[in-house]
Amino acid sequence: MSEYILDVTDVDKNFGGLQALSDINLRVKEGTVHAIIGPNGAGKSTLLNVIVGRLAPSRGRVLLGDQVLTGKEPHEINQLGVARVFQTPEIFPELSLLQNVMVPAFAKREGIFKMNFLKSLFAEKEVREHAEHLLEDVGLLQHQDHLAGSMSRGDKRRLELAMCLGQQPKLFLLDEPTAGMSRHDTNRTIDLLKRIKERGMTKVIIEHDMHVVFSLADRISVLAQGAIICEGTPEEVRNDPRVKEAYLGGETV
Amino acid sequence: MSNTKIVSPKKDMIFMAILSVVVLTMPIWLQPFGAAYPDLMQKFMIFGIFAIGYNILFGLTGYLSFGHAAFLGVGSYTAVWSFKLLSMNVIPAMIFGTVLSGLFALAIGFVSLRRSGIYFSILTLAFAQMSYNLAYSVLTPITNGETGLQLAQSDPRILDHMSGIVADGSLPTPNLFGIEGIGYSGFYICAALMLISFFIYLRIFRSPFGLKLRAIKSNQNRMGYTGFSTRPYLMTAFVISGMYAGLAGSLLAVTDPLAGAERMQWTASGEVVLITILGGVGTLIGPLLGAGIIKYFENIFSAFNDDVLLNAFSFLPDWLAHPVASVVGLFVGEGWHLTLGLVFMLIVIFLPGGIMEGITRLTRLVTKRDKAEPKSEAHETKEKEQTSAGEV
Repeated sequence: MSEYILDVTDVDKNFGGLQALSDINLRVKEGTVHAIIGPNGAGKSTLLNVIVGRLAPSRGRVLLGDQVLTGKEPHEINQLGVARVFQTPEIFPELSLLQNVMVPAFAKREGIFKMNFLKSLFAEKEVREHAEHLLEDVGLLQHQDHLAGSMSRGDKRRLELAMCLGQQPKLFLLDEPTAGMSRHDTNRTIDLLKRIKERGMTKVIIEHDMHVVFSLADRISVLAQGAIICEGTPEEVRNDPRVKEAYLGGETV
Repeated sequence: MSNTKIVSPKKDMIFMAILSVVVLTMPIWLQPFGAAYPDLMQKFMIFGIFAIGYNILFGLTGYLSFGHAAFLGVGSYTAVWSFKLLSMNVIPAMIFGTVLSGLFALAIGFVSLRRSGIYFSILTLAFAQMSYNLAYSVLTPITNGETGLQLAQSDPRILDHMSGIVADGSLPTPNLFGIEGIGYSGFYICAALMLISFFIYLRIFRSPFGLKLRAIKSNQNRMGYTGFSTRPYLMTAFVISGMYAGLAGSLLAVTDPLAGAERMQWTASGEVVLITILGGVGTLIGPLLGAGIIKYFENIFSAFNDDVLLNAFSFLPDWLAHPVASVVGLFVGEGWHLTLGLVFMLIVIFLPGGIMEGITRLTRLVTKRDKAEPKSEAHETKEKEQTSAGEV
């Protein structure tokens, strides 16, 4: 086992003539929080899409521990232990909150496909209790029977977090987990993410909100125009002149 | 029937018991509606099976198949062949009908499920129309083309001959170890099968598998990032619903051992879509209600003719009775599809959740009046939830 849980090597991604990612090298140590920041259109979400298998890289490869992720389907990559939170929450709007959390719990237990169609959901006590516990963790237990689609955006986001946490992923990718949230909700999310951090789950987080980045990240990579221009601890990045020029535009953080 | 609660098996057993009583006493309580004759009640059961099977696919996964009549047809042809070659017993006919339809669904599903949404619908429609045309042309040796596949005195019926059952004089009728497949006994055979089918269907609804199918309908994208391969799930649902259609088709052959290609036509596929939407897509009991209502009105309305109408309007003066009767005549008899179309439009516009949504709204109206409690915020969210649950 290499010491890095995520190892992205020489990744390029072209869309026709547009080079969205060029020569990306990214290594993330197990148990750390790694933030990726950068201006809009820098290629942050494209990079996440390459890691989770939604996009195939034009060149290069992605490893999770010792396993090659490149060329695998998103559901296979998820089964290997990569969970993802999307920019706009991807939940099951027509299911209850509890059912939303139960589905990924089944994925964790049963793998890619299982035909248990005569078993009763009611008898799945273990999965239900696990799901209830997860909802309690994110503070949504009292709404467990509500339809997920009827919840507020912040609640949907926390639900999505709970769904991913239920799979106990080795690598947790978060695409702007606090986008569009009020300051109050943002702080609650930060607290939640800090608590998860203590459990030793590795996280890669894309974020615009510097308050979130600097209160969570162990290391930061700065992406601009498809290339990583700087990587280091929050302190180093904060003081790097290239970063200020490319991203912060001289603004003090 | 809200889908957000996880229902205990005990409640489901009570539900099954009530349903069984309701179904088995149909010959009694359908009397006042003039629908208590076995032919029609058998149709209720058969199209009920067809519709609940269809609901497993359309209601749970949201994949709108426009070619389910093909499986109905395959079930019918297989059953008639089983009558001809093996035995007039309905059991082998049903088993072969169901299994062969399942295999057929496997093949069609394998191709069609590569696409979703409208492309899936078009693919299934294309396959069904292809089967229909094949049945009329190339496959005539198997389907007997336009005449339809019929029984004959000279059929081999190997199993029957081996057990010494020989048809005398008239054509033999399908039976279950001597119990006739038509008349009241035929109704009870169909009712029993419908209840068994419904029980399996109920279990599918309440299983983790059913939950995953609903999750696919709700957000297929998230399903992929949740570690499920959606294709095998969709495939299983497609095959199961194809087998339900096959069973329904073979039962149609039991009630009338004659299989024609028109059973596979797109209008027949459209009918089951209509039944399901009318009753309530994705609801447990909706498709059964839809099947009952459509088959009932088909029977009642299509039986009216001009004389009956003139009689009904005889209380009007002559100069009025004739025009009224001819206008109403457009909507009954041959033209009953016009009525169906209108009712369908009204349902889709005002009750997109079908009859089941109407029932939910009514019960909510009644319970609200009973309680008359102050409206709290929690109450409001609950309401919102129920509305959206009804629309599923």
